[in-house]
Amino acid sequence: MKRTVFRSRWLPYALVLPQVAVTIVFFFWPALKSLQLSVYRVSPFGDRSTFIGLENFRTLLADPEYYQSVLNSFVFAAGVTGLSVLAALVAAGLATQKIRGLSVYRTLLLWPYGIAPAVAGIIFLFIFHPAYGVLPYFLSFVTAYEFNWLLKGWVAMTLVIVATAWTHLGYNIAFYLAGLLAVPASVLEAADVDGAGPVRRFTAITFPLVSPITFYLIVLNMVFAFFESFGVIDAVTKGGPGHATEIMVFKLYKDGFIGLNLGSSGAQSVILMAMVIVLTMLQFRYAEKKVTYR
Amino acid sequence: MRRRLSPFAPPLAALALLSATLLGPAPALAKTEIHFWHAMTGQLGEAVTELAKQFNQSQGEYEVKPLRKGSYPETLTAAIAAYRQKSHPHIVQVFEVGTQTMLLSGAVHPVYQLMKEQEIPVDWKGFIAPVVGYYSKDGNLYSMPFNSSTPIFYYNKDAFQKAGLDPNKPPVTWTQVEEYSRKIIKAGAAKCGFSTGWPSWTMVENMHAWHDQPFATKRNGFDGLDVELLINKEFGVKHIGQLAAWQKEGVYSYGGRAGAADPKFVNGDCSMYIQSSALIGGFTRGVNFQWGTAPLPHWGAPYKKATSIIGGATLWVLKGKPAAENRGTAQFLKFIADTPQQMWWHVNTGYLAISNTAVKNLEEGYHFVRNPNQYTAFAQLTGLPPTLPPALRGGKPAPVKPERVATPNSQGLRLGNFVQIRDVIEAEMENIFAGKKSAKQGLDDAVAKSNQMLKEFAAANKQ
Repeated sequence: MKRTVFRSRWLPYALVLPQVAVTIVFFFWPALKSLQLSVYRVSPFGDRSTFIGLENFRTLLADPEYYQSVLNSFVFAAGVTGLSVLAALVAAGLATQKIRGLSVYRTLLLWPYGIAPAVAGIIFLFIFHPAYGVLPYFLSFVTAYEFNWLLKGWVAMTLVIVATAWTHLGYNIAFYLAGLLAVPASVLEAADVDGAGPVRRFTAITFPLVSPITFYLIVLNMVFAFFESFGVIDAVTKGGPGHATEIMVFKLYKDGFIGLNLGSSGAQSVILMAMVIVLTMLQFRYAEKKVTYR
Repeated sequence: MRRRLSPFAPPLAALALLSATLLGPAPALAKTEIHFWHAMTGQLGEAVTELAKQFNQSQGEYEVKPLRKGSYPETLTAAIAAYRQKSHPHIVQVFEVGTQTMLLSGAVHPVYQLMKEQEIPVDWKGFIAPVVGYYSKDGNLYSMPFNSSTPIFYYNKDAFQKAGLDPNKPPVTWTQVEEYSRKIIKAGAAKCGFSTGWPSWTMVENMHAWHDQPFATKRNGFDGLDVELLINKEFGVKHIGQLAAWQKEGVYSYGGRAGAADPKFVNGDCSMYIQSSALIGGFTRGVNFQWGTAPLPHWGAPYKKATSIIGGATLWVLKGKPAAENRGTAQFLKFIADTPQQMWWHVNTGYLAISNTAVKNLEEGYHFVRNPNQYTAFAQLTGLPPTLPPALRGGKPAPVKPERVATPNSQGLRLGNFVQIRDVIEAEMENIFAGKKSAKQGLDDAVAKSNQMLKEFAAANKQ
């Protein structure tokens, strides 16, 4: 790697300063604030707060609903990550074939990423809602099966997973497209000459070569599913039925901003933060070994 | 309402803007601004804007500026955040479940006190008792009732006719609701019998009040903070258990929380519906079949009868504003409580008129004869007979003896963390309706969880 040498001693610091400032204001400061909130019992208007130590954590950890939300988060994150990364790989693979109208096709594939999660949620509502959705309406002509995710928890979970994965598909496809196009044609042609079929070529050459991208996307999608999937859940199920789709970040929002229980909400965000940090570290520690960097 | 802009409007507006910047603010702009944050959308939002406009034109000193801040919870959260930054509005609209939170917040300027300070006489006795009672503490009104509603029973007259039922005889008891539902489904007049909006509000909170059953200890929370819920007793288990059994057969069809089930009634899937009286206006415009309203169904003996509970929101005055501005706030609140504005608000939004004089004027003007659905809500809340008695048919109304009275069980609910408690109850209702839990088990779990939240609230608000 080429080393950049600055003449001035202060210039490099000045250049990273804006980035550091942004990180401090938008990450460290709120993180410290939640850490502080998590050990207090705060009245809604914030005029009275009592230091209660780890009481908020104790209450949370004794609450079966909280464990349910942790479990939901993992199911949700695994579902969203698996589905959107896999589907993106397949779609990107297809979009690197020699077909007519390729650029149009590629552009269309990237579109869903431009749609805000909440809007995507509303679109899915209009398709799948038991009372006014298009799909249940047409289904009712052919089958008596009621597509009622208002009461069936697993159907609701599947629905929010698919909707969230869909919103993130375009982003993943963009990365895979770039990765797949960078796979040297000469290597693939050589394998072809040696008699490797398309499946073998993919598993032996293409997939290892895009593995850094896969790894990056898995980490990113996981974090995305844990933190930023709020919009879809809020628009489609609001955590219901029961608590079937209440993932950690949604419960945190609900307890803090609707229930005005800021202490518990702070404790929840501390746990969530710790969890995602650990998860990302584990991924880097173990999964990265299987990644081939060029 | 859509206004047509004249083709000259944009250039004129630009000119006005230009002159404003050149000449500086005109003296007319020096009015004291009163900020009012609310959560009303669509036609209701327009009505709020119109009300503020009427007030601004009625006097020259103050200018009320209404601003929509999102849903009820979002408006409350925004007001709290602003209060902590000392940039809060003068008035904020808070839904009924936030009442206890506001009362104990230490951030409000009680309305009765504000009026006394400003020496604006208001006859609090002239307001409908169940509405004022919900928002009073020790007999003093803390927030100004603004939009009040109550759940009522809606039914599809066309479907009734198709099923061979008398469209002018809605069911009175729950047994009849079941019987009619079966007839309607059998005749193919609808897919399901009935559905509900705001599940906890209509099916748990109001059903307990309607049958004179306690919802919580300490007179539903009015007498103290160490409260426990009582919804897992005989009545609650019976009613919710019955709904779960009906859900399996299609007699009842659960349609989600808040207004999510509205389409089930509007598109004819379910022929009966229990939802807020505030929807009368929306249904009048948006429903293309004949429909009517009736009081909520009752289980009959041995349960007693009481009135239903109100829902909706009130206006809270926040502390920390100069006295001169508080004067404007007080005048605005007085303005919306006055009879002409009360009548205007009721007719234009469907929310209840809450002053007795306004109600009397409406009666004299044959309003209830022309709007029987509005009467349903009013009668249910005040205990009047379900069909308009001749004495109230206009001209010179005579007093009518109420059929039912408000009891400690039906005066309302005052619980801390009520927003979360409603959420807990509704989540458990979903578990029960999905067959995951028995009615007893689900309600026991809801009570246990809610009691813990009530305890936390009491601890956080201990002085």
